[in-house]
Amino acid sequence: MASIRIITEKCKGCRLCIGGCPFNAIKVEEKKAVILDNCTLCGACVSSCKFEAIDFQKDETVGQADIAAYKGVWVFGEQRNGTPANVVLELLGKGRELADQLQVPLSAVLMGENMESAAKTLISYGADCVYMVDHPSLKNFNDESYTDIFVQLIKKYKPEIVLMGATTYGRSLAPRVASRLNTGLTADCTELGIDPERKILLQTRPAFGGNLMATIICPNHRPQMATVRPKVMKAMEPDTSRTGEIIKPDVEIPQDVKIKVLDVVKTLCEAVNLTEADIIVSGGRGLGDPKNFALVEELARVLGGAVGASRATVDAGWIDYSHQVGQTGKTVGPKVYFACGISGAIQHLAGMSSSDIIIAINKNPDAPIFKVATFGIVGDVLEVLPALIKEFKSRLG
Amino acid sequence: MNIIVCVKQVPGTNEVKINKETNTIIREGVEAIINPFDTYAIEEGLRLKDKFGGKVTVISMGIPSVAELLRETIALNVDDAVLLSDKAFAGADTLATSYALSMGIRKLGSFDLIICGKQASDGDTAQVGPSLAEKLGIPHTTYVRKIEEINNGYIRCQRMTEDGYEVVEMPLPALITVVKEINEPRLPSLKGMMRAKKAVIKVWTADDIGADKALCGLKGSPTQVVKTFVPVHDVHSEMIEGTAEEQAKKLADKLLSMQFMKCK
Repeated sequence: MASIRIITEKCKGCRLCIGGCPFNAIKVEEKKAVILDNCTLCGACVSSCKFEAIDFQKDETVGQADIAAYKGVWVFGEQRNGTPANVVLELLGKGRELADQLQVPLSAVLMGENMESAAKTLISYGADCVYMVDHPSLKNFNDESYTDIFVQLIKKYKPEIVLMGATTYGRSLAPRVASRLNTGLTADCTELGIDPERKILLQTRPAFGGNLMATIICPNHRPQMATVRPKVMKAMEPDTSRTGEIIKPDVEIPQDVKIKVLDVVKTLCEAVNLTEADIIVSGGRGLGDPKNFALVEELARVLGGAVGASRATVDAGWIDYSHQVGQTGKTVGPKVYFACGISGAIQHLAGMSSSDIIIAINKNPDAPIFKVATFGIVGDVLEVLPALIKEFKSRLG
Repeated sequence: MNIIVCVKQVPGTNEVKINKETNTIIREGVEAIINPFDTYAIEEGLRLKDKFGGKVTVISMGIPSVAELLRETIALNVDDAVLLSDKAFAGADTLATSYALSMGIRKLGSFDLIICGKQASDGDTAQVGPSLAEKLGIPHTTYVRKIEEINNGYIRCQRMTEDGYEVVEMPLPALITVVKEINEPRLPSLKGMMRAKKAVIKVWTADDIGADKALCGLKGSPTQVVKTFVPVHDVHSEMIEGTAEEQAKKLADKLLSMQFMKCK
């Protein structure tokens, strides 16, 4: 972190810096400037001082010479109530490959309360080592304290690669950590590899709603950071006989954390959440009436899947926004995606076209959804859905 | 309340046309719009102003023509708009963008709340909000679907998660990124449009905001794009014919044989 102090021998108490501070974080006491607690370490005051009396140290960046000091692949062990998110297990699978190619260890960073059994799970899924920070204040994800500890660990152990799931938490924590370390971060990768010559991470991600792919590198800064979409990488089969080291690092647990998580509320009553579901049944305007969503829900229940929705149905108030799939909703990548009465606007396709198998059911044979569909059924969803429910009910028992 | 809203210009469509000779994106002839998520950020800023009084300032970084898009926000009742525009900013990744925005915001002076859209519709990274908050040394919360209360120097809001939401409280000044569920953006008023016509959109260069050029644009970007390509979707579509019952049976045969679903 950056630091600031007033060199009192040089300070004349001229008050120029007070005007130079955008945050009203400087006052003059007994003819000397004093930096107050609300200072954000922005450094704006430095140039306002005519006497070079402000000593400001910028955030450091990793120099070329230091790059060699960074070794190892890390995965952020995002957890809820002590259970690692599925994407963490997937990242350990990919991380194992990358670490083996680089011939370095694969580690996981686990923060939370009573994390012992989660740490063992991570080892069984491929981690050589788990950095475990166990503290009651870390039970729930907290942007501020998690960032603080993660940065301490990176500075201490210097990993060359840090991977996080592109989840709500991962997409918030990763940019905060990368920004503090002034290193590069690539969002929502769908492919990771190692450049065999330069030994650097090749990060491939979709842009423009998946219409363009870009491969990105971070050659001169460390660690190389990426978030990875859930359901893209493959977890290894867990092996409980694998051994690994659980390290309880000596870190400072942040006190007086400003951000407070007051309540955690679950609103999706279904067993599986959309982004981690293997099967998703989504409904669109073709259902004709909000009450027909019951058919979508029933098929999802029979198949053990989650319920998705098109933007049109959410905007019309048929179903809650948390179900929306597409560019302004959630990006999903299940094994099987049912689009029931969804025409397939490009914004919707952007959120689900990476699904392994897409089944489109639509009255209109020219609907764009059929262009991405593995299997297409031209027909009335109100007839096809009940037939599917009946068929799968009898076949799946 | 002093509110700052960050906006980005994006292409109006995500259909990418590639120049096959140079392998670059053809940007000509593509309509430019304000990132759809940012319209919710602007609306939320305006609602807070309606409730608490104060000022909404919109800030963006981009090419000079973005100034005209910012003018449209004035018609919505935004008070002031600033564009950071300089060759030195070109080619910025999310870190260099956050740095430039942080310097522009510092020049604007003190503020209570910064609002950003959840992500931009072209890059989809969702990184600039949190990264900017870090550069300013203020707390942030992402994916806000509702502001419950602003009181006594604190903001309490609901953050959308994978399976619900959580209630987060933090002291101001702070930064939030918002999802579309938070509100329904208003349309410009006639009076606003008249005002927008005459409004002066400030354009600031790297020197104007005292930015270190080594930290801006391509130079200040740790990440580099080494290759872009258009993904090949070789979908072999198969249409399933017959009555609804026949279609259901055929589809079940196919899916069950692929072992995505197991018979009990």
